[in-house]
Amino acid sequence: MTASLNHPILETRNLCKDFKGFAAVSGVNLKVTRGTIHALIGPNGAGKTTCFNLLTQFLSPSSGQIFFNGQDITGEKPAHVARRGIVRSFQISAVFPHLSVLENVRIALQRPLGTSYHFWRSQNSLQGLNQQALELLDRVGLAAYAKQLAVELPYGRKRALEIATTLALNPKLMLLDEPTQGMGHEDVDQVMTLIKTVATERTVLMVEHNMKVVAGISDRITVLARGSVLAEGTYDEVSSHPEVITAYMGQEVAV
Amino acid sequence: MNRCTLWMLLLIALGIAAPTVFYPVLLMKILCFAIFASAFNLLLGYTGLLSFGHAAFFGGAAYVTGYLIKDMALPPLVGILAGTLAAAFMGGLVGLLAIRRQGIYFAMITLAMAQMVYFLCLQLPQTGGEDGLQGVPRGSIVGLDLNNDLTLYYVILLFFIAVFALIYRTIHSPFGQILKAIRENEPRAISLGYDVARYKLLAFVLSSGLAGLAGALKVLVFKFATLTDAHWHTSGEVVLMTILGGIGTVFGPAVGATIIVTLESQLADKAGSLVTVIMGFIFVLCVLMFRKGIVGELLELLKGVRPH
Repeated sequence: MTASLNHPILETRNLCKDFKGFAAVSGVNLKVTRGTIHALIGPNGAGKTTCFNLLTQFLSPSSGQIFFNGQDITGEKPAHVARRGIVRSFQISAVFPHLSVLENVRIALQRPLGTSYHFWRSQNSLQGLNQQALELLDRVGLAAYAKQLAVELPYGRKRALEIATTLALNPKLMLLDEPTQGMGHEDVDQVMTLIKTVATERTVLMVEHNMKVVAGISDRITVLARGSVLAEGTYDEVSSHPEVITAYMGQEVAV
Repeated sequence: MNRCTLWMLLLIALGIAAPTVFYPVLLMKILCFAIFASAFNLLLGYTGLLSFGHAAFFGGAAYVTGYLIKDMALPPLVGILAGTLAAAFMGGLVGLLAIRRQGIYFAMITLAMAQMVYFLCLQLPQTGGEDGLQGVPRGSIVGLDLNNDLTLYYVILLFFIAVFALIYRTIHSPFGQILKAIRENEPRAISLGYDVARYKLLAFVLSSGLAGLAGALKVLVFKFATLTDAHWHTSGEVVLMTILGGIGTVFGPAVGATIIVTLESQLADKAGSLVTVIMGFIFVLCVLMFRKGIVGELLELLKGVRPH
């Protein structure tokens, strides 16, 4: 039992993905420790999003294995991976635009009821979930907008809604694809605090470009470049790594 | 919610009173196509899947029902149920193949499968080839003689109300919520743990089954099943009805069906083959000027008037 808890929550062994001869991800060995915030960084085209798609089985790997809590989950269907507790967000904010904010969260809560195929049942049967949905919305500061359509929310709030929806599944591992992308300073701070709060009970793996966020909240950082792991460590270790400076920080400083 | 119930009661009242003013056969045709379009809308409007082969279910069911009633001498109710089930079964087969692809590829697979059904309708020895099945007797349901147009009209109105209620409930069910989620953002629905393929398949089966019911009822009205029922032109027509009335609105498809069927029957004598051109013109106008369809635009107007 202790052994299984000491397992990394997520581990990849020699993970590869080729697109017609182009190796988008090659030989990635990743270990994500339970209860940490782990950041995946790297220049454009380094394979970060491909990695995410592999981990959640939206793409199937060309070779290599993925372990979740020590169990091999390579080749499972994406919906099954989600039910195991690996829930992802997307680069472009993933909400259901023409549903209300409340419904957005409720859809995530609805599956355990086991009535999701019941086309003859009234949707009033879902109202028992409203309270729980409102509580989740309250956690991300959206309770006041519950009745609005998601499409009407400003960008930052859409991301907050996305996080609330993800939290509704009570995931063990949250994969966040650029959670602060396209946000203003205030929103970034808010989302940073939010991620930090939700990470107290679970593990977070995130792709992030904003160095302030990476330095601010991540416990461990993996740097990808050209599909392979270039370096891994804490922010201080990684940022002083000579190869990382040339491949990544160098560009950053030059800008 | 209350507004919707009110509208429904009003429409039912209209439906009951309509044959005093209008020709019952035209009204029955409208009701059949309203069922067809509403079933189609379940897929296009609420799941976001554009099937271009729904005539296969409409026409296929028409042939099955016609054959059972005419050649096997089964009672009409049995024929209708069998036609509906056959269409649902066909929907299951076509759906299994089609839902593996999205967008235009989905539409193309449904079209291809529908062409195969059309070919069967033309070639099978039971279907009467170019002539189709003529002279299908209407018979009687629970002692009601359906040869009386008015009686048949009320029976079909009853079917329409039942189908409409079923579709309304489906849209507003836990299942409907997931369908809308798939329409809005399929990858997100997957990432929340839903096997979207299964939901799409069930929606496809429901939609094709109800489209089949529409075709089966049509056989009773006109006493024949013809190749037109299964022709791709009919698939296109149901798309037009749904878009004209308003995709993803509860009443839109029925409104669209009413307009198109009425126009076609009114223009058939006066404009002859120009009808197709006029329909095309309406379609272009609809897509260019009011993309939400008649009901969709009306709802938008109402929203603008009422203060939030």
